[in-house]
Amino acid sequence: MSRWVSSALLGAGILALIGAGVAAAPKSAGHAPRAEAAKPLGIGREAKSDEIAGWDIDVRPDGKGLPPGKGTVREGEAIYMQQCAGCHGEFGESAGRWPILAGGENTLGSNDPVKSIGSFWPYASTVIDYIRRAMPFGNAQSLTNDELYAVTAYVFYLNDLIKDEHFELNANSFKSIKLPNERNFRDDDRDVAEKSLWRKSPCMTNCLPGPARITGRARVIDVTPESGKGPKVE
Amino acid sequence: MSKKPNRTSRRGFLRTALAGGAAAIASPALTADSNPANLPPNVADWSKTLGEGVAVRTYGKPAKSEAHIGRRDVSWLTASPQSSVSFTPLHEIDGIITPNGLCFERHHSGIAEVNPADYRLMLHGLVDKPLMFTLDDIKRMPRVNRAYFCECAANSGMEWRGAQLNGAQFTHGMVHCVMYTGVPLKVLLNEAGLKPSAKWLLLEGGDAAAMTRSLPLAKALDDALVAYRMNGEMLYPENGYPVRMVLPGWEANIWVKWLRRIEVGDQPWHTREETSKYTDVMADGQARRFTYVMEAKSVITNPSPQAPINHKSGFTVLSGIAWSGRGKIARVDVSIDGGRNWRPAKIDGPAWDKALTRFYYEFDWDGSELLLQSRAMDESGYVQPSKTELRKYRGVNSIYHNNGIQTWHVRSNGEVENVEVG
Repeated sequence: MSRWVSSALLGAGILALIGAGVAAAPKSAGHAPRAEAAKPLGIGREAKSDEIAGWDIDVRPDGKGLPPGKGTVREGEAIYMQQCAGCHGEFGESAGRWPILAGGENTLGSNDPVKSIGSFWPYASTVIDYIRRAMPFGNAQSLTNDELYAVTAYVFYLNDLIKDEHFELNANSFKSIKLPNERNFRDDDRDVAEKSLWRKSPCMTNCLPGPARITGRARVIDVTPESGKGPKVE
Repeated sequence: MSKKPNRTSRRGFLRTALAGGAAAIASPALTADSNPANLPPNVADWSKTLGEGVAVRTYGKPAKSEAHIGRRDVSWLTASPQSSVSFTPLHEIDGIITPNGLCFERHHSGIAEVNPADYRLMLHGLVDKPLMFTLDDIKRMPRVNRAYFCECAANSGMEWRGAQLNGAQFTHGMVHCVMYTGVPLKVLLNEAGLKPSAKWLLLEGGDAAAMTRSLPLAKALDDALVAYRMNGEMLYPENGYPVRMVLPGWEANIWVKWLRRIEVGDQPWHTREETSKYTDVMADGQARRFTYVMEAKSVITNPSPQAPINHKSGFTVLSGIAWSGRGKIARVDVSIDGGRNWRPAKIDGPAWDKALTRFYYEFDWDGSELLLQSRAMDESGYVQPSKTELRKYRGVNSIYHNNGIQTWHVRSNGEVENVEVG
């Protein structure tokens, strides 16, 4: 290894050249041709409103997209116990590795953040949107709108976002549900917050005070498929 | 000759090496299955008899001896294989293009098997004219060919707290790179005509998760592709057949597969996949959202834990891949002493914008222990950070966007382990 180190020192001149090459590298021009933006090709047909209605199932935080219908916490409990609790647990605590729905308040800054609807999710609309499109797992888009509101209400109830089991969730009452963690999200700020990771000439020699020391080993953790039966290193 | 030298012999190699010390390593794994009757001065079987004729193999497959190469999963990671991930065997491939059958998979409700005759793409919302396209419509349009890497935001996500999985396939295998053929998204948008208030698009999949993500209009009008071919072939079902989004340089989750609907709106939807998932929790408990760009990253694929060095010493080629969501890879450096000293690697093959880039580092190995690292730098001047540096900014609970420098420990017997250095 020592032979290598000395040749690394000799290579310093080459590095300066490479650094210059980096600075001069052309900016990405972007691939997509601009020409066809002018005249439409006339391909495709008009989408009919009933076709759109069948597929347009998204719901936004401002409530746009909420379907007609209604359901109470009580009605939702029966649906939840039958169709959801098997994976998510009777109290939304999760069974096995399935997603947790409730609990975990004040854990986000801890060593073991628990990201439930109540502790982490920013918007109530995401819950009804997601249940509507993807749940129950393996039987997606099978709930009626009333069942959808009812089971969503029950999930909110598990998170103490609704306290009254007679509460009726509908497009109007939905707007009263706010999730507590909304303010703790911010847009991507890596370009600014991590600006020091852009550097003209990264360190090439003697970048550590002494020889690198091994501080952790994967084989000690021993969770890799196929190597599980192999011998431990130490 | 249908004996199969494969991973069992590799594992056997590791076991013997550890148990028996240096002497056991003298015979490399592959020679264990060799047949002297095929070796000179004898004439091999395949030199004497006719082989299979043409069109027996109407769709070719790798040699039988390579049949062990494949995607693998880590079963304890997820609750069900339908909502899970399989990893590309990076240590078994070279160059920059990933074979279609080896591209990592990430499904949220299993693979949608779409009948192409019933495929429809709906485009509506803040447009002058809502449109419906068939697959033939899309294939009639002007098209482009572009090779891009596609990396899951959670690639290396299991490594935030330290070295955990022992193989490049598992630590870095949620990335692939294929040549896409598709229509620029702006061509489709131009057919419908955008309203002036248009700012965001919703992308929705046709699978049983109806996977949705919000896409800023600027990216849609830049380099976004509505793709239907990979490496010349129609997309494979597990990669979104017949149509998927391609969003160069951005996290794979937004590359919606089995694309069925695009809605144009004036604000993001904050779907499940961009709120409860694919947001990055920092040490203080706050979370970054819409962290689309995959930052400069690299990994040495050979040697790596699943691909030990089988020669005891001498001329050695380290091989690896680098990529950046901010553009082209400008340079890759390699260290064999755990990041204390670095030397530039040689880039071979194309270094395309937002594509995997192959690098090599050649040296005479004296048989002593090595701590291998690679460090990518992109054309924006961003330098891949060490894991220690990255944790200073982000803590260890981010799950996503771990682009820290990987360390492989090579023992003098050629065996390789995923380690952390300090």
